[in-house]
Parts: sequence; C-alpha cells; structure tokens
Amino acid sequence: MGVFPWVTWFAFRRHTAYPLGSAAEALTNTVFGFIRASVLIGLWRARPHLGGYDQADAVTFCFLTQALIGPVQIFGGMELTQRIRSGDVAIDLYRPAGLQGWWLADDLGRAAGSLALRGGPPMVAGALVFPFHWPGPGGLAAFAAALALGVLVSFGLRYLMALAVFWLHDDRGLNAVALVMSLFFSGMIVPLVAFPGTLGTVARALPWAAQIQVPADVFLGKHSGAGLAGALAFQAMWAAALIGAGHLLTRAARRRLVIHGG
Amino acid sequence: MGRSGTPPAMIEAVDVAKSFTLRRRAGRGPRRVRTTLSAVDGVSFTVGRGEFVGYLGPNGAGKSTTIKMLTGILTPSSGTLRVCGMDPSRERTALARRIGVVFGQRTTLWWDLPLRDSLTLIRRLYRVEASAHRRRLAELTALLELEPFLDTPVRQLSLGQRMRGDLAAALLHGPELLVLDEPTIGLDVVSKATVRGFLERLNAERGTTILLTTHDLGDIERLCRRVLIVDHGRLAFDGDLARLRQAVAADRMLVVELARPGPPVELDGIEVVRTEGPRQWLRLPRAANAAAVVAGLAERYEISDIALREADIEEVLAGLYRGDHAYTPTPP
Repeated sequence: MGVFPWVTWFAFRRHTAYPLGSAAEALTNTVFGFIRASVLIGLWRARPHLGGYDQADAVTFCFLTQALIGPVQIFGGMELTQRIRSGDVAIDLYRPAGLQGWWLADDLGRAAGSLALRGGPPMVAGALVFPFHWPGPGGLAAFAAALALGVLVSFGLRYLMALAVFWLHDDRGLNAVALVMSLFFSGMIVPLVAFPGTLGTVARALPWAAQIQVPADVFLGKHSGAGLAGALAFQAMWAAALIGAGHLLTRAARRRLVIHGG
Repeated sequence: MGRSGTPPAMIEAVDVAKSFTLRRRAGRGPRRVRTTLSAVDGVSFTVGRGEFVGYLGPNGAGKSTTIKMLTGILTPSSGTLRVCGMDPSRERTALARRIGVVFGQRTTLWWDLPLRDSLTLIRRLYRVEASAHRRRLAELTALLELEPFLDTPVRQLSLGQRMRGDLAAALLHGPELLVLDEPTIGLDVVSKATVRGFLERLNAERGTTILLTTHDLGDIERLCRRVLIVDHGRLAFDGDLARLRQAVAADRMLVVELARPGPPVELDGIEVVRTEGPRQWLRLPRAANAAAVVAGLAERYEISDIALREADIEEVLAGLYRGDHAYTPTPP
C-alpha cells in the first residue's frame, strides 16, 4: 500500500484534533442555516414550486448545503497556498511522492474530518425545526458518491488556485473573484434551480454546480436512473478535467520554480 | 567521473549554474522588463563518500539554491550534477530514497500530530520495513533523546526538540548522504551541542556523508573537516580551515598584558586595536615576525603576560565575504 491512504488518515486525524474549534464552526453554520432558511421560506412562499422545489426541499437544501460548507470548503483556500508563499513547499517538492497526489490525499482526509465534526449539527437542527426531506438508503448511497465527487471538484479548483501563487505575487484579487464565483455559482446563495433562463443553464454547467447543487439535488432525489448517472458523470467530468489541468500545471510549476524565502 | 580506484563520489558538480528570470515593472505603466538573476554561477566541486563538508557563504550567495538543485527540487540552468550517481532533477524520487535533507527553517513534521505519527508517516513514505524502522527508530530515539517528547504534538515542541525530530525524520530511511541547511539556526547552546555531537557520531560511526550549510561558526570549527565557500554564486574557496586562514592571509592578534596601565604601545608596523586597563590588543600582519615583535615590545615595556591568537574563523569569513582579503580559489 502506498503512502497516500496514510496521508488521508493522518489528515483526518489532524482535522479532527480540535473538536471545540469544529463545534464553534458547526454552530456558526447552523445559525446561518436558520437565517438562510427564513429567506428561502419567504422566497418559496412567494413563488411556490420555484425550480421544481417545494418548501421542504428548499429548507433541506439550505441546511444540507450549510453542512457541506466544510467538506467542500466552499469559501476556498488550501494550506498549500501558504506553503508556496512561505517557501515551505520545498519540503513537499522534495518528498518522494507526487505533489498533487499528496495534497489530494490530504484534502480527502480534511473533507472527511470536516464532515464528521461539522456535517451533523446543521442537519439535525434543521430537521428538528422544519419539515425535512430525507433520502432512502439508495438515495443516501448516491449522495455519498455525489459528495465524494463534489469534494474532488472542489480540490481540483482550489489546487489550481493554490498553484497560481507560484506565478502571482499577490493572490488576493484572484481569491476575491473565486469566492464570489464559488458562492454564487455553487448554489450557496440561491439554489441554481431558481436561476432563470440562460443564466441558469450556464450556472448549472459550471464546475461550482458540481460541488453543491448536484450533491444537494441527489440528496433530494431530483435525479433517478439515467438522470442520476448523468449528474454523477457531469461531476466526474469536471473532477477529471480540473485534476488533469492541475497535473499539467504542477509540471509547469516545477519547471519555472522560484522558491520563495531562500 | 570517479577517479580510477576510488568509489564514485557522493556529489559531483561540474560548472553548475542556476539563473532565474524575473519580470519587473519598468518605471510607471504596465510594461515589464525581464532581468536575469544568476543565483549560482558555474560551481564545480566533488564530495567523496564519508566526508563532512561545510558549504558556507553570506546570505544570498547561492547556498540554498545549490541545495535545492542537489535534492532535485530545482533543475540547473547549465552544467552537470550527479548525486549518488544520479541526476537529481530527473531521478528525484529515486534519489530522495537515498538521501536525507533537513531544512533548518522549515519542518517536515506534522504540526498538529505527535512526533511519533510523523515518523510513522515517514516510514510509509520511504517504504521502510517494519523491523528496520523499529531498529532505526530505537537508535535515533536514544541518540537524539527523543523519548520524552515522542508522543507530544509537534506544535508543543521547543525548537531544539523539533530539530531533533526533523533530524530523526531525515534519517529514518538510512540515507547515505545527509544534506543540512542551517540545522542549528536559533538553537540554544545545549541543543546545538546535542545536534553537533549527533552529527559527528553519524559521520564517524556510520560513515554518512554530510553536507552542511550554516552561519554558525561553532558548527564549522567543530564539525567540518573541509569547507566550500561560495560568494556571488561562485566557489571562492575549497579546503580545510587551516588552509582557509592561510589563503586569506588573515591578521593575527597579539594580546599583551603590561605591568601597569598605560598609553597604547608604539612599535613599527603594529596597530593597537583595543586597550582595557593594562591589557592591549595588537593587530599583527600575517607577514610580521611574531618573535621579533614580542622581543621589541619586551625591550621597551614591562610585560607581565602575552598571548598570540590566530584570527578566529569569524574574522576570516567576514573578511572574505567583505572582500578585504585577496584570495585565490584553491583546487580541491
């Protein structure tokens, strides 16, 4: 067995090493869940069946996506960015293991740790207060696959952003744009099903949709049969494209490398 | 390129150069110009098996860039480089399994986990057999006195403890060559002594070849039988410390204790650089005859004690870095 499963395991342990911090984040996610839910309930009262969702779907969507904030790291960011900026990436580049594989393994452990500690509270709290939409065992299995693919897409995007720091001296502008794109086009602000016309079509075809909207639709049972396979294939396509691009960019980064800070 | 009859060298660098292209704004406006920065400019040297070599130079001389080329992180712009008989940038992964590296200012350990866990991960990374791992870990734990903090999260370790942990991490896979980039930076005297004692034994008893960059003069005097000095990306010196002192023709210092305090002594060709009560420090040019100077002083002054001090390595290096001394690069 290679080193990567171990990296994932240790990353999981690292990201569950501070349960109090995670509890605070889970609490924040839950509180914002109630704020978002009240906005969405208002919207769905005005426009019942908007985008094919009923009110229970909209509320479930809201709390589910609050629970996914940590696992898909929707606000962006990756430890690798800091390591490139400080020059600590020298350690990563020296290891007898691929840079991208190492950080993917690390990110999977991070996502699992985040799901374990931050996933439950928003869901439980939402379900206690509002009518909720729970999937059956088959739906849950499909959701697990969709979530795993969503995490891969998220990694693919954030890894590209992190590697950009090899070329950029200051990545704040890039991060600001990425954050807006991520929140808006993932469905975190308003579910993408509610986006009208061409905007909706475009938004649902972009990689951010694969992180939040698609896993949520799978959870809500909006896809079945070929539709479900198509949704997962859409995610898998974006994951492969982004990770492939990351692979090429890693090679380019190695060639043009300037390690910061001596 | 190993000479016949001798085992191949651990490191062979021939005319190795590394330059970086930087883009800078030319005045106002968006136009940018490319400038080339030469970090390492045609360095050649050989390090044989079992050597303990200091790789020295002022900040920005190209030491870290050289280390990054030796470990395959950076690719030389020109020249050839062989480490353990391999091309580091092309065979980086295979090479990493045969060498150990410690970057003193960075850590390979996982911040939030106990030291023991990082060492377990290193075992998996380098695919070390369980029995070999147990044996080496026990050995390193004893030599580096890791036992008291093996189960402490790395973030809670003192710098000295962390450095010992990093040394263990670099050596768990039994490398033939250990490359150390400022391993004693920031350590207190006790931690420095532990690290130095350990490196000395590793080199003497195991025959591990060690290349060390440092600004710590104690490291150099205690450990390095041979020093390479780079300056402005070029090799300025290659030899042992005695030869270095000779090569830079450093001045010696004569410390004279007079019978009673008085004005600075006067003697041709001698400069008093400091007085402290009856004690005076006289700079003695390398060409001056110390015996004649002492005799001349004794004739004119009443002297109660006298000591001749070789320039210490700090003065030698400072002079060399500043360009005070004429020196000629010496062939290895």
